[in-house]
Amino acid sequence: MSSNPRLSLGPNLFYWSRDDIFDFYAEVAEMPVDIVYLGETVCSKRRSLRTEDWFDLADRLSSAGKEVVLSTLSLLEAESEMLTLRRLCENGRFLVEANDMGAVQLLIKQDVPFVTGPTVNIYNPATLQVLANKGLKRWVMPIELSKETLAEMQAKRPEGVETEIFAFGRMPLTLSARCFTARSHNLPKDDCQYKCLDYPDGRLLSTQEKKPFLALNGIQTVSSLTCNLLPETAEMKRLDVDVLRISPQSQHTGRIVEAFHQALQDEPPPPLDRYVPLGTCDGYWHGGAGMERLKVKG
Amino acid sequence: MELVCPAGNLPSLKAAVDNGADAVYIGLRDDTNARHFPGLNFNEKRATDGIVYARRKGVRVFLAINTYPRPDGWERWQAAVDTAASLGVDALICADIGVLDYASNRWPDLNLHLSVQASSTNYEALRFYQENFGIKRAVLPRVLSLSQVKNVVENSPVGIEIFGFGSLCVMVEGRCILSSYVTGESPNTCGACSPAKFVTYKETPQGMESRLGDVLTDRYGKNEQAGYPTICKGRFEVGENTFYAIEEPTSLNTLELLPELQAAGIEAIKIEGRQRSPAYVAQVTRVWRQAIDACKQNPDRLSARAEWNRELGKVSEGATTTLGPYYRPWQ
Repeated sequence: MSSNPRLSLGPNLFYWSRDDIFDFYAEVAEMPVDIVYLGETVCSKRRSLRTEDWFDLADRLSSAGKEVVLSTLSLLEAESEMLTLRRLCENGRFLVEANDMGAVQLLIKQDVPFVTGPTVNIYNPATLQVLANKGLKRWVMPIELSKETLAEMQAKRPEGVETEIFAFGRMPLTLSARCFTARSHNLPKDDCQYKCLDYPDGRLLSTQEKKPFLALNGIQTVSSLTCNLLPETAEMKRLDVDVLRISPQSQHTGRIVEAFHQALQDEPPPPLDRYVPLGTCDGYWHGGAGMERLKVKG
Repeated sequence: MELVCPAGNLPSLKAAVDNGADAVYIGLRDDTNARHFPGLNFNEKRATDGIVYARRKGVRVFLAINTYPRPDGWERWQAAVDTAASLGVDALICADIGVLDYASNRWPDLNLHLSVQASSTNYEALRFYQENFGIKRAVLPRVLSLSQVKNVVENSPVGIEIFGFGSLCVMVEGRCILSSYVTGESPNTCGACSPAKFVTYKETPQGMESRLGDVLTDRYGKNEQAGYPTICKGRFEVGENTFYAIEEPTSLNTLELLPELQAAGIEAIKIEGRQRSPAYVAQVTRVWRQAIDACKQNPDRLSARAEWNRELGKVSEGATTTLGPYYRPWQ
């Protein structure tokens, strides 16, 4: 049995203004999270912070006692994106979360330990072993895998590799060349007018029955429901999970972090349903469809 | 430029071979490949027959083992690799790092291609697979513009295959879990997107409704043909509008880009559609064979002949085609 899991704050998936981002991370410095992932993982056109700014923020949070990890773009298309990717992977100071195999390759070439994010496909122990041999320090389990799969992965996980679980947040489900937020405004991606700024938790997509279904986040699509594994913290401890990830949202992130912190101290946490945009789900964790709510109580 | 054609069964394989494919790709009858549909794919006997048939006409056969095994299925993927090796396929098309590792260690002489499902969109990712598993070729996801494809080709350590025609995945292959969000099953885990067992159609006062699981993907008017309820091709509400919020039902068709693809040094063109009929395979293969041959002879003077596009239009999803992401404004 390992020690109590640590809490991480995942990279912010959404596009906020420069001021909002700085305000948010000033609060994060005070939150009971151990690890903070920083950087733009969705769209290289989002430039309210430049790479330099992210480095500065990393310094600040590091001084505040957080373990800082720099997260890379998930879908790399242009050579300019490869240049930024190289800068992050060669930063020489902070750990990097690779969100695609190009980043993994660059980090291996740097001969540094690295983290893989949920969009690096690690579905079995053989894959985990290959990457562990190359310097993998921690992996975030892909979103669609269940606790049964996790248990089998944990049983065979290589020495020294930590496991992180996406425990809270709207789930990143897919990426595309096309920008759906721009499309929803009848704009081409090359002239998107930064419409993502208007949707700090993504733009809702509903079925024709008016049921909320997904949220458009630029080239990324996330779930409209928020994954909430707060009631599963005891189970995650039992499964020797090392880190629980909370994905930032525009409101109430501090309360959510506090609730997880309490749960890990074995104090009864408050219900979180009123702090999410549109309800919660936990289907993937229990081996069902991702959008199902199989065991969430509040 | 090699023409790589799909075959979901032996008649389709023969149709591809007879109509001018340079290579045919197939899968086994289980969830080890990304077209795990009822009644589709090859058992060992059929695969052997297909390979014999193709070889006689100088056509290569590739076998896709391009899904992601979870721990409890690992032996099945290992067995699939062993089967492919003993069949003597010309190449194995894989996505999972563990599977590639096993294949390259256990069968070092087996040609490995990186599947589109490996979701590798840049040359650094391709270097990883080349350096660690010796892949000989990679299939690019349908997320790059033509100039981005060219940049990958110029810097790639291996030959590049791209999709030329067929159903269009709008999302980056291998990293889309919309299907499992609704059904619990995804291409990565179960080898099918929006599996048929979750699909229902129902006539209602509002029109014909299509659903995947409980999710209403579209409603069709009287004169509309109901499409397959793949999530990314449904009509949804965003803001005040109800529309194809992600993509219309349409097929990718890059015929008119052929001279540029050839000049860019693309090694192979892939036709999508292992789930389609032998007639589809025959028709699409025939048109693309003619087009590639014409392009080889005289790339400067190739124009997409009207009759080619007419033939391809007939077998396209939604009977329309698009250049998709290769054409920047589509994005």
